[in-house]
Amino acid sequence: MGVTHSLETRKQHIGETAMERIERVGAAAHRIRHHALNMGEVQGQGYVGQALGAADMLAVAYADQLRYRANDPEWAGRDRFLLSTGHYAIGHYAALAEAGIIPVEELESYGSDDSRLPMSGMSTYTPGMEISGGSLGHGLAIAVGIALGLRHQGSSARVYNFLSDGELDEGSTWEAAMGAHHHQLGNLTAMVDINALQADGKTDTVLRTEPVTDKWEAFGWYAQRVDGNDVGALLAAFDNAAAQAAAVGRPSVVLCDTKVGRGVPLLEEREKAHFMRIEEHEWQLCRQQLTAGFNGKAQR
Amino acid sequence: MSTTVKAPKLKTSAMIASFADPGQKTSSAPFGHALVKAAEADPRIVGLTADLGKYTDMHIFAKAFPERFFQMGMAEQLLFGAAAGFAETGLVPFASTYSVFAARRAYDFLCLDIAEPNLNVNIVGALPGLTTGYGPSHQATEDMAIFRGMPNLTIVDPCDSVDIEQAVPQLAASDGPTYLRLLRGNVPRVLDEYDYTFELGRAKVLRGGNDVVFVSSGLMTMRALQAAEALAAHKVDVAVVHAPTIKPFDASTVLAELNTDRLAVTLENHSVVGGLFETVASAVVTAGLGKRVVPVALPDEFLDAGALPTLHERYGLSVQQIVAKVLAELG
Repeated sequence: MGVTHSLETRKQHIGETAMERIERVGAAAHRIRHHALNMGEVQGQGYVGQALGAADMLAVAYADQLRYRANDPEWAGRDRFLLSTGHYAIGHYAALAEAGIIPVEELESYGSDDSRLPMSGMSTYTPGMEISGGSLGHGLAIAVGIALGLRHQGSSARVYNFLSDGELDEGSTWEAAMGAHHHQLGNLTAMVDINALQADGKTDTVLRTEPVTDKWEAFGWYAQRVDGNDVGALLAAFDNAAAQAAAVGRPSVVLCDTKVGRGVPLLEEREKAHFMRIEEHEWQLCRQQLTAGFNGKAQR
Repeated sequence: MSTTVKAPKLKTSAMIASFADPGQKTSSAPFGHALVKAAEADPRIVGLTADLGKYTDMHIFAKAFPERFFQMGMAEQLLFGAAAGFAETGLVPFASTYSVFAARRAYDFLCLDIAEPNLNVNIVGALPGLTTGYGPSHQATEDMAIFRGMPNLTIVDPCDSVDIEQAVPQLAASDGPTYLRLLRGNVPRVLDEYDYTFELGRAKVLRGGNDVVFVSSGLMTMRALQAAEALAAHKVDVAVVHAPTIKPFDASTVLAELNTDRLAVTLENHSVVGGLFETVASAVVTAGLGKRVVPVALPDEFLDAGALPTLHERYGLSVQQIVAKVLAELG
């Protein structure tokens, strides 16, 4: 039942230059950040820092790499994007809005009663949300089963699992890493947000996970480590991963070093916290800084 | 100086393969063969295990359908996470391990990846209750207590090979997640002597009786039937109600039998905490029956290691102990 690539569903544009592609994806990342700030303001606080840090990874996924049909999120041939870090839902919802899977106007319901967009992402609530994350260390194990199940049924769809460096503390992540290599899941790509921060503080003070690249390589994965806030570097790494994707082959991991609060200097410089407090008057300032930074970069 | 002749001590290893009585009619690996049969009819069925294929009778399926069998290694969290993933793609996985690992070790994965999205994943747990003499590391004496609180999960405690053979296709056909307390290896064949068929979610009256009513599940239904026979010699007439589906529980069938003056006894291969006894007790209280119920169950303790006949006698699961308890209750 092989599924062919469709240019309608894969957003990579024919004929665009490498620079145009970077600009297109960078603009998507900018809009994702903007959405995340707006959602954060609704709640008054939240995982805005993580969403800003991961926006480039999410943009590369949804604006460039994934095959999906915005008007048919359950399309059988879609690539699966599994958000393991449920609290990153704020960023994921922004990406789903950017992808056209949920309406932008709906984002303002984030975290409200009866909303389809709960604070921690759940598959039963939100179109395009493949799994219920939040209990960390689950995503990659589920991804192994989906990748095996798709391959077993002859699908060429790929599976992407977004996880965080904090989740590397969980033994289940490494059970799954072994399983993916054992079963030669060349249709599976993991993307790890290494923001060096977890609930109780900096990762290297909570539980040292480095050397991260060596660990994944030792587990048999094709590992690349990039600046996760450099859209060009991310695109190159995901292209590399896609180029060697196969039904039977090595699973890929893209290890992305990101900066919490990226794009908003006020937040980049603030003491890093898992759950960031932002004062009421600061949201507009955040948006101004984000826009100014983006425009400044665009002019350069 | 003692002149007592000591009985030879039984060996743990003698009872690893089966709890069948000597000479009892058995079927070999009924789960494995039933899964093969179900898979022949339903191409969605796949089999997974966590390095316990040979010990959960999954090896029968693996041999028949090597391309539909997936070895996940000694990694139970991966086993359940991956099983959820398979189900997300439309397949119907049966995932086997020991009950202790299913209930204790990978609970979060069964709960959040499988039960919360209500996926058709069928968990198969071997060595439920006291069916091994290896001690608490292997004896899942509280698995039903752990699982009964999990929404969406159907819990099945089969009596014998007949129950297992008939349950497997029904578990595959039911939409949500299930947990089967597996009896493996040479499994007694008991219920073919009765006018009985397994129906998911239903309790069945196996025999009538005027003095006592037994409500039992799992292998204790076999013991209940044997005890009923033994009690007949004492002029005690015993009814037996088999309730293999612990959740959702067929309260109406069971309560109809309990709403009499007969002595009510529950029998289960599980801790007295959180299993069949408390399921029945809560149904009785909820219905306002005001009925006393006597439990035959494992004590709320970590149990000893040893040979199964020794342990079943020690902890009250043997026919002899059941008979003694009933006679004492009847005064």
